[in-house]
Amino acid sequence: MQVQVNGEGMELPDGATIAALIERLTLTGKRLAVEVNEDIVPRSQHPDFALSEGDRVEVVHAIGGG
Amino acid sequence: MTDTPQIQLPEDKPLEIAGRIYQSRLLVGTGKYHDLMETGHAIEASGAEIVTVAVRRTNLGQNPDEPNLLDVISPKTYTILPNTAGCYTAKDAVRTCRLARELLDGHDLVKLEVLGEHKTLYPNMPETLVAAEELIKDGFKVMVYCSDDPLLAMRLEDMGCVAIMPLGAPIGSGLGIQNRYNIRLIVENAKVPVLVDAGVGTASDATIAMELGCDGVLMNTAIAQAKDPIKMANAMRLAIEAGREAYLAGRMPKKLYASASSPIDGTFF
Repeated sequence: MQVQVNGEGMELPDGATIAALIERLTLTGKRLAVEVNEDIVPRSQHPDFALSEGDRVEVVHAIGGG
Repeated sequence: MTDTPQIQLPEDKPLEIAGRIYQSRLLVGTGKYHDLMETGHAIEASGAEIVTVAVRRTNLGQNPDEPNLLDVISPKTYTILPNTAGCYTAKDAVRTCRLARELLDGHDLVKLEVLGEHKTLYPNMPETLVAAEELIKDGFKVMVYCSDDPLLAMRLEDMGCVAIMPLGAPIGSGLGIQNRYNIRLIVENAKVPVLVDAGVGTASDATIAMELGCDGVLMNTAIAQAKDPIKMANAMRLAIEAGREAYLAGRMPKKLYASASSPIDGTFF
């Protein structure tokens, strides 16, 4: 299935979870927050939350700012 | 060494924001530094306890071992204040705050800023009011970047914002406090802390803000873009303390003409 991750198209196996996506991005264990279709998905739900075709995923972190 | 008698200055109450006490009245940003090491050193030199961060997309191609800002500026040591910089609508600002809360394990203190246009980064107050209302309803503690309009400042306080943060001058301009009278009026009216956010260029600007009675100052560029950011961070720490002490001491009234400091009586000429 095709999903959008941070604005870029990405091919994932059907039913891939957020945890699987994070692992694929080699971001496991990093402090980040995830939103799917503009709704927050709490960290505790990452292992169970299955993504669907066309989902728009945002993976964010903290950077320098004023 | 002999003990010299110390004059007791009136006891100052420490800064309290959303029920938490802070010893430092200087709040600093983490943008525009050369690297994370410089960021960490400058922030340590500033003595700041509240540190702002931005929330952005993770770079998907990034080196997994790349150091993270929150490894250097640990939420265990500092109160992390996520901002909504770069947001031009209430919707984007609210979304950013919700992501920040998730990122920081439910930490709900945020710096709301909704910008109006690129050239001045002046706050968009109608959108700021909409965002503030929604965030407060959603349980956030909102420190709000705003214009220096005393009436809007009161409105934001009435809505439940935990700190009012008028700009001294446009973000990153370093122009100093442009409208002291408005800042003074905002301070007089407010029951929540008032912090000048944006516009400070050098130490004397920070002192002026504190002499006006502000409860604190938030700055980033003035430190990060100084030739020696670590030295400037220390200068800002001292400037904030000097300004606060001067405010508490109560300045002499300004006069148009001179008033001799040495007595006239007893002159022999």
